[in-house]
Amino acid sequence: MDPDLQLLLNGVVSGLLLGGLYAFAASGLAMSFGMLDIVNIAHPALMIAGAFSVVVVGTALGLDPLLVAVLQAPLFYVLGIGIYSVYHHFFERRGEEALQGLAFFFGIMFIIEVGLVMAFGPEQRFLDPPYAFVTLRLGEIDVPLRMLVPMLLAAAVLGLLLLWLRSSFTGLAIGAVAQDAEALRLMAIDPVRIKRLAFGLSVALAALAGGALVVVQPVEPTSGQIFIGRVFAICIMGGMASLPGCIAAALLFGVVENVTATFAGPSWSPAVAFGWLLLMLAVRPQGLFGKAA
Amino acid sequence: MSTTAVVPATLAPPPQGAAAPTRHLPFWLGAAALGVALFVALRLIGNEYGYYVGYFILQYVVLSSAWNILGGYAGYVNFGAAGFMATGAYTAIVLRKATGLDLLPGIVAAAAVAGLLGLATGYLTLRLRGVYFSIATLCLAVVLHTLVVNWDYVGGSRGAYIVRPREVPPFVSYGEYLFVVMLALAILTVGIARAVQHSRIGRGLQALRDNERAAEAVGVPTLRLKLVAATLCGALMGVAGAPLPYYSGYLNPEAAFGLAYAVNAIAMPLIGGVGTWAGPVIGAVVLGGLQQAATVTISSALNLWIVGWMLVIFVALAPRGILGWFQGRR
Repeated sequence: MDPDLQLLLNGVVSGLLLGGLYAFAASGLAMSFGMLDIVNIAHPALMIAGAFSVVVVGTALGLDPLLVAVLQAPLFYVLGIGIYSVYHHFFERRGEEALQGLAFFFGIMFIIEVGLVMAFGPEQRFLDPPYAFVTLRLGEIDVPLRMLVPMLLAAAVLGLLLLWLRSSFTGLAIGAVAQDAEALRLMAIDPVRIKRLAFGLSVALAALAGGALVVVQPVEPTSGQIFIGRVFAICIMGGMASLPGCIAAALLFGVVENVTATFAGPSWSPAVAFGWLLLMLAVRPQGLFGKAA
Repeated sequence: MSTTAVVPATLAPPPQGAAAPTRHLPFWLGAAALGVALFVALRLIGNEYGYYVGYFILQYVVLSSAWNILGGYAGYVNFGAAGFMATGAYTAIVLRKATGLDLLPGIVAAAAVAGLLGLATGYLTLRLRGVYFSIATLCLAVVLHTLVVNWDYVGGSRGAYIVRPREVPPFVSYGEYLFVVMLALAILTVGIARAVQHSRIGRGLQALRDNERAAEAVGVPTLRLKLVAATLCGALMGVAGAPLPYYSGYLNPEAAFGLAYAVNAIAMPLIGGVGTWAGPVIGAVVLGGLQQAATVTISSALNLWIVGWMLVIFVALAPRGILGWFQGRR
């Protein structure tokens, strides 16, 4: 096979796998930022916090990182509920989301990042499960298990989430709170309770994505910074409140970024994210799949 | 789905200082007198460390006043302070390497480049909701960091050196010279911020902060005002950064894009009190002074951590900042 073509094919496949990770990371944001209108810029930082806790607990108990990630998800759900309660009490209720609320999440992001630096030092941490060094070969295409296994977890979690949002009463209520919180009140549902629950879920998703990240690559306290551009770009590309849109955008984004990295060098990948973000905002702020506002 | 109370925005008077016509002369005289007093006091102390502390605090006065023009007056949060500041610093380095021009032309160039950057970012994102501008500035700092690390001309991740002269004639040391430059920049910035606040631009920005649609409806040219503010904000942040390489003699991306600038640029105005020119000055002096005092005893990471907590606690419990305490009592 033509080596360039083979490189491209491999780039696309590993881009899709990478896109799975991004979908995992961005889906929580699609819930908080997209559905609940809460601009949680601390989302990537929470993801890294989840990753570090996976590394610490997994190393101490000798457990698989993905297993630890699933087991600790309820704790992050509770943390998310706590954060939302503070946010609602001090900012949302007063109608001060715009300036003070944004600064609040910036502060949270900053506290997490600097806290991790103080606790673990600035260097990289890793926890490699045994399968991380195995690579499947399908003809000309390499599929490293390091990428594939976390993607399977992402697919399972996001599939369940999508099913739950579509079929359960609470799931439908989360979709509804994005559109009209007052109407929800008329149906005798407390929108604040629904938002609290959904925000808790979004933080749990961030921590799960952090666990997946540990398998894919080593993490450092500031890893979250390069994810901010990516997850927001994906979220906006996917049309904000739509989970399927977010997943499709993430896969597309993973492929573009990975092919760019293959042919132009990996140090340019953050620039790709930012370029896409600006382009989206300037040309199609309603997202690739959204209707014109 | 904003729950902001609808205020008849353009009709409501700005928080204060609007009743009497703005007097500029007393302000400039007072600022100049304060500047001279500071200079004389530090000369009498005669310690290099005094100039160091003075420079440290004054650069934050510039940075947080710049942030306040867009963030405080108009309510559009700029998270990219470190990016704009580093743009200024690296503009000064490039100018020095390319043409050999010194600090003062470097400051002018830094203002131009960082101002254009602010204008461009604003042009692409300010037509949308404010959060998009905030997100874009947040990513801008990360991307600029990547660019500088990959840019060999300015030393990449190794950093760049600037050979600074031992002294500049009328001043006793180069530290004193830099302090005086920063002092002048700080007075100028605060003066600009004050003038903007009391001008038609400032009133328009306050109107669109309270209710953008209402402001637009009564004929406030919101996009143009936001672009003016974004440009001014970027330019002044660049100005704050331009002396940085001269100050330390060496600059690497880690130092230029430091977390401290990103958080302080937001924490200082919010803790001092947003929306008026005095708030960021108070915030910068209090928070900058505290940090300078604290670095002696605790690590710089812990120091920044405390700033992060203070930011969160202040925005939650005292959304109008230190200035709000006094206004509430009146």
